[in-house]
Amino acid sequence: MKKTTEIDSVTPSIIIEKLCKRFGDHVVLQDFSLTVQKEENVVVLGKSGSGKSVLIKCIIGLLKPDCGNIQVFGENVPQLEHDQLDQVRARIGFLFQGNALYDSMTVRENLEFPLRRHWFDHSQQQVDALVIEALENVGLAHTVDLMPEELSGGMLKRVALARTMILKPEIILYDEPTTGLDPVTAREIDNLILKLQKKYHTSSIIITHDMNCVKNTADRVALLLDGRCYAQGTYEDFEHSADPNIHQFFE
Amino acid sequence: MALVTNIKAFFGETGNIAGFTGRFFSTGLKPRFEFRELLNQCYIIGYKSLPLIALTGFIMGLVLTMQLRPSLVDYGVESQLPIMVGIAIVREIGPVITALIFAGKIASSIGAELGSMKVTEQIDAMEVSGTNPFKYLVATRVLSTTLMLPVLTVMGDAISLFGAFIGVNIRSVTSFHLFFTQVFHSLSFGDVLPAFIKTFFFGFAVGIIGCYKGYTSSKGTRGVGSSANSAVVLSSVLIFIIDLLAVQLTDLLGLN
Repeated sequence: MKKTTEIDSVTPSIIIEKLCKRFGDHVVLQDFSLTVQKEENVVVLGKSGSGKSVLIKCIIGLLKPDCGNIQVFGENVPQLEHDQLDQVRARIGFLFQGNALYDSMTVRENLEFPLRRHWFDHSQQQVDALVIEALENVGLAHTVDLMPEELSGGMLKRVALARTMILKPEIILYDEPTTGLDPVTAREIDNLILKLQKKYHTSSIIITHDMNCVKNTADRVALLLDGRCYAQGTYEDFEHSADPNIHQFFE
Repeated sequence: MALVTNIKAFFGETGNIAGFTGRFFSTGLKPRFEFRELLNQCYIIGYKSLPLIALTGFIMGLVLTMQLRPSLVDYGVESQLPIMVGIAIVREIGPVITALIFAGKIASSIGAELGSMKVTEQIDAMEVSGTNPFKYLVATRVLSTTLMLPVLTVMGDAISLFGAFIGVNIRSVTSFHLFFTQVFHSLSFGDVLPAFIKTFFFGFAVGIIGCYKGYTSSKGTRGVGSSANSAVVLSSVLIFIIDLLAVQLTDLLGLN
């Protein structure tokens, strides 16, 4: 009896079961299953074009899978109505590969945008405080009135991370957070991810093919190959694996 | 074979645009409305287009008058020049030219803006952050083009008539008062109203095509470029088609 309650108290944040997604004749995901525990960083490793981005877009409901279940906070995402989906999305952060900052708005307006959700009732002071807190977390409080075009690539990534974090989500999905950055900046982003994860106790799925990022951030690694979850394990397991499919990422 | 594919593509596209328009009426017009963004778009789309519309309208009125004059002189009805020009501008040339200039400026900018937002995932980011991008981006833009083009047309017509007044005064002399009295006496509601009403449809076409092309833009710089380009081309063609239908309809209703 005691054991079951223990299991209940540690319900996984995300459970993906037998997910399939195809575009026309091109099968991207088939029978993909993965579970993410609370406060765990799972890195999904895979080659470019292997369907990693499609996977996290399915999780947040931007794409509808052809079959399979995605349980997030106990709700099955593909079957949710728009309003319910919105409620779930408020608890999930999504860091886009290209940052997706609104380039017609200042950094402040970019960060205020997720706070526009109609069921939130914030005063202007509260909004300002949240914006400053989010920017201080990434060390960029001085950029609040700049336009995105005035910032460097690394700063843009940090502002995008601040915008993702402003609602203090319980799950964060990172789409290639370090791609296109130099190794030093990439390391800074990795550290920021770890720092924010500790501070706000989030669970995350990190999509990447950057092995330094995997080494720094992963609690667990899952390899996406041919639309399936080919292997799971720690970074060390993968590093010492003799399987050529896994080994190729370390060459 | 290529012909069949082209015809299929044409009907497919037409169906998609119809679906997009339906979505505008079903989701875009439901509360809650984005009033601030609507006002912002009215400012950008309406107010910022005024100088261009004013310039082209003025030149058109002036040139039209100067071109018409010799023919009227041949017939000895030079005094009818204000009436001719007034009717031509108010009934047809004012609305259509204003709409075409407007399409060139606005459809391309909406197409390019939404297209680049689409390819840089900003539209997805909006969706994820709980704001319906269709309402925030599409509904506001379509409404503001629909509301702003009639206003711009009225202003463009007025400036055009002023251009025509100057055009008359280049070769002969007429007073401001006499010119406008002649113009307004010649115009009836049957001239003004149908011309005014059709501009709402022109504005709607420009907005919906610009947004559709941007919203469905394909990836890459070429995708954005071609969506801006085809937005202008398609909305200009649509303006002519709507104009054709509007004229037929007013003719049938006996409003001429």
